[in-house]
Amino acid sequence: MRLLSAFLIGLLFGTGILIAGMANPAKVLNFFDIAGTWDPSLAFVMGGALLVAVPGYRLVLGRPKPLFEHGFQLPDTQRIDRPLVLGSLTFGLGWGVAGFCPGGALPALGTGRTEVVMFVAAFVAGLLLARFTRSLVQTRLQAA
Amino acid sequence: MITEFTPLTSALGGMLVGLAATLLMALHGRIFGATGIVGGLLRPGDRNDWTLRAALLAGMVAAPTLLLVLTGQMPQIQVPVSTPAILIGGAVVGFGVFFGGGCTSGHGICGNARFSRRSITATLTFMAGAFLSVYVMRHLIGA
Repeated sequence: MRLLSAFLIGLLFGTGILIAGMANPAKVLNFFDIAGTWDPSLAFVMGGALLVAVPGYRLVLGRPKPLFEHGFQLPDTQRIDRPLVLGSLTFGLGWGVAGFCPGGALPALGTGRTEVVMFVAAFVAGLLLARFTRSLVQTRLQAA
Repeated sequence: MITEFTPLTSALGGMLVGLAATLLMALHGRIFGATGIVGGLLRPGDRNDWTLRAALLAGMVAAPTLLLVLTGQMPQIQVPVSTPAILIGGAVVGFGVFFGGGCTSGHGICGNARFSRRSITATLTFMAGAFLSVYVMRHLIGA
């Protein structure tokens, strides 16, 4: 039940992303190209998502617990630190170069397109490199 | 490459994404973040967590097939950039989201939906980054 529910939620998410055009790099890049072939569609994706998720979260988080688990898993930190800002800036720069973001690329994997597979492979490599970098820095800091 | 302005289908797709995020919180108590799903799959820890992420990913990957069955065609994916741009951009995205703690789904939708200061900051920052790099790639370098 639990896994079937997760599968269907993933399917719903992926279908929404594909219908919205978030998995189409030409559309994504045009959203950011105000000085060129601007296509404001993606503003409607975030608008539509928040239109549902804002009241949805309010309703759900007011309940004592989720259906299948003992509690909600929410990030407890509210700190705005350097990793958050520099990491997000780096993500944005890469997004503007490749045209895919992770949430757009994962559903697009199902089309079997080579470009998507290449993006996801490079994305995973970048993620692993970042994890390695952080553990290296932490080891150095502990040694110092 | 010019793309058609699609306010209705984009808003409809967005609403489905928002519904998926709400359902994942209601049923499983979790933020829907693509970064978190992939990151968790790469670090096998709690078996229940791992299988849940794998099921989410399987559902996402099945979406194009569902659309093919429903509409008779695969979703449109047009890639106007070179292979090196995909590979370098992909690695930079992976590196950035690890430190930024999320991407368009985790911060952009789930975090913003509960008015998290961190997510609002992250969203404004990665949008600014993308505007900047598209401007540089298309209008300064002229790729």
